[in-house]
Amino acid sequence: MSPQMIDRLIAAFFDTVLMVSASAGIAVLAGIPLAVFLVTSGPGGFFPAPRLNRVLGAIVNGFRAVPFIVLLVALIPLTRLITGTTIGVWAAVVPLSISATPFFARIAEVSLREVDPGLVEAAQSIGASRWNIVRHVLLPEALPGIIGGFTITVVSMIGASAMAGAVGAGGLGDVAIRYGYQRFDTTVMVAVIVILVALVSLVQGAGDTVVRRLRAR
Amino acid sequence: MTGAAVIPLPQAGAQAASAAQAHRIAGSVQFQGLGKTYTSSAGEVQALQDIDLEIQPGEIFGIIGRSGAGKSSLLRSINRLEQPTEGRVLVDGEDIAGLGEAGLIRLRRRIGMIFQHFNLLSAKTVRENVALPLRIAGVQQAEAAARVAEVLRLVGLEGKEDTYPSRLSGGQKQRVGIARALVMRPEILLCDEATSALDPETTLSILRLLRDINRRLGLTVVLITHEMSVIREICHRVVVLERGRVAEMGPVWQVFTRPQHAATQALLAPLTRALPEDLSARLHDRAEPGDLQVIELPFAGEAAPDLAVLAPGLRLVQAQVDPIQGHAVGRLVVLAPQGFDPATLSAKARRLGHVAAND
Repeated sequence: MSPQMIDRLIAAFFDTVLMVSASAGIAVLAGIPLAVFLVTSGPGGFFPAPRLNRVLGAIVNGFRAVPFIVLLVALIPLTRLITGTTIGVWAAVVPLSISATPFFARIAEVSLREVDPGLVEAAQSIGASRWNIVRHVLLPEALPGIIGGFTITVVSMIGASAMAGAVGAGGLGDVAIRYGYQRFDTTVMVAVIVILVALVSLVQGAGDTVVRRLRAR
Repeated sequence: MTGAAVIPLPQAGAQAASAAQAHRIAGSVQFQGLGKTYTSSAGEVQALQDIDLEIQPGEIFGIIGRSGAGKSSLLRSINRLEQPTEGRVLVDGEDIAGLGEAGLIRLRRRIGMIFQHFNLLSAKTVRENVALPLRIAGVQQAEAAARVAEVLRLVGLEGKEDTYPSRLSGGQKQRVGIARALVMRPEILLCDEATSALDPETTLSILRLLRDINRRLGLTVVLITHEMSVIREICHRVVVLERGRVAEMGPVWQVFTRPQHAATQALLAPLTRALPEDLSARLHDRAEPGDLQVIELPFAGEAAPDLAVLAPGLRLVQAQVDPIQGHAVGRLVVLAPQGFDPATLSAKARRLGHVAAND
């Protein structure tokens, strides 16, 4: 591999990391409140809003049903509105985070639902407000599951970011398609695959370690 | 609300504690025509009907019944974890049905609660679990730390502050639960099957702790259980629920000695020891020559039995007498020669039958 190609790979690696971390950050900031709302606003929840709950649930399902490559193209007008462009790292962050948020919210929702209702009752009995229950009971008790779900979300986002490369977002996927596939450069293809495997292993390993530490308490 | 201020520190001594008890007036609960109807897919279920009860400040009040009798609904209506559909609940004379969210939170801070499965937060240490009520009530850190240390000493958990609940035994977990319930210095403590998940020895130690807390702090304890032995151990008064209604109610020794309702008798059955197997197998109605009489001498609420009634020639084969609130409850079973008149033992003594004197 030429030195230029190595530089190109390094730059692409950081583009991917930037795309994924920015989108993952947005997915956490939006996904956790969404998950809390989905859990607490349903029937029997303590912020009852059944109609809004159904509407949001339907929207989440809708986004989850659309394949990422389709969403990527369908969201182009919105992307242009927000970032002013449709190419580059930041243009990829818009569809990536919009696709990851409902995915992550559903996983976090499952963990929040698994919190023992007895703990919520105990918190009510000590005079906790509903907000206190979310903050001191639901979120801390569901944390191991939420972090496990976040790990899965990040790994699937690394895969999705390669697709974003196909529409000009840059990153490792872009290099693999343009050099590895279109110019038949097998070395570049193999290098990209090795880097992606290493990146995914790193993320999964880190997530697993944190979850194991939390569960060991 | 004088309740919160008068609780002495544990080391303050018995004198201060009894003074606190004498001054304590808060901690009463009244149920007036209470009813609860659930609507399920199978139709309407009446969990509670026409409950009229009054729980006195400072007493240990037991609610017993078989599963599904409505115990849990009744207990949870005191801090409104359960919303009754009819009637009223008064805490210290105040109808709690009208409380808004802020009022309800203030009420719940006056009422501690402990649970069968402890319900401790697994992500928090013992200290953090116990401190949580203070933290959300906005109590200052220095004072909160002192109060957490005080209640942990009271329940005997010094040295476990930084342990997570998963590392504790069942009895220790319940002690954390009790500490968490007491840290707001409540006037009422609700116990929801608090010993049902514990082994007999731990059950006894937790019950002793509850009785100790009731005496020292003078707070009202309301507990539900399906075990009569728990009632016998610590309660002053008991109500027996059956199908959502009051079957009977009264001082514990009275309910134990003169159970009126079939439900009470069924609940008492496990505590009454049957005749020894070898004796009951040989028991027959008609006296044969050389047989001995089997005589039962029951005690139901008298002073402790005077053994002088046992005449020479009588043989004691079984004895079970427990003091309940100062009343002897139980029975003696004796063997007597033919011709002995059971009435000389006591008016209540009766002949169960005869056995051959072959041992």
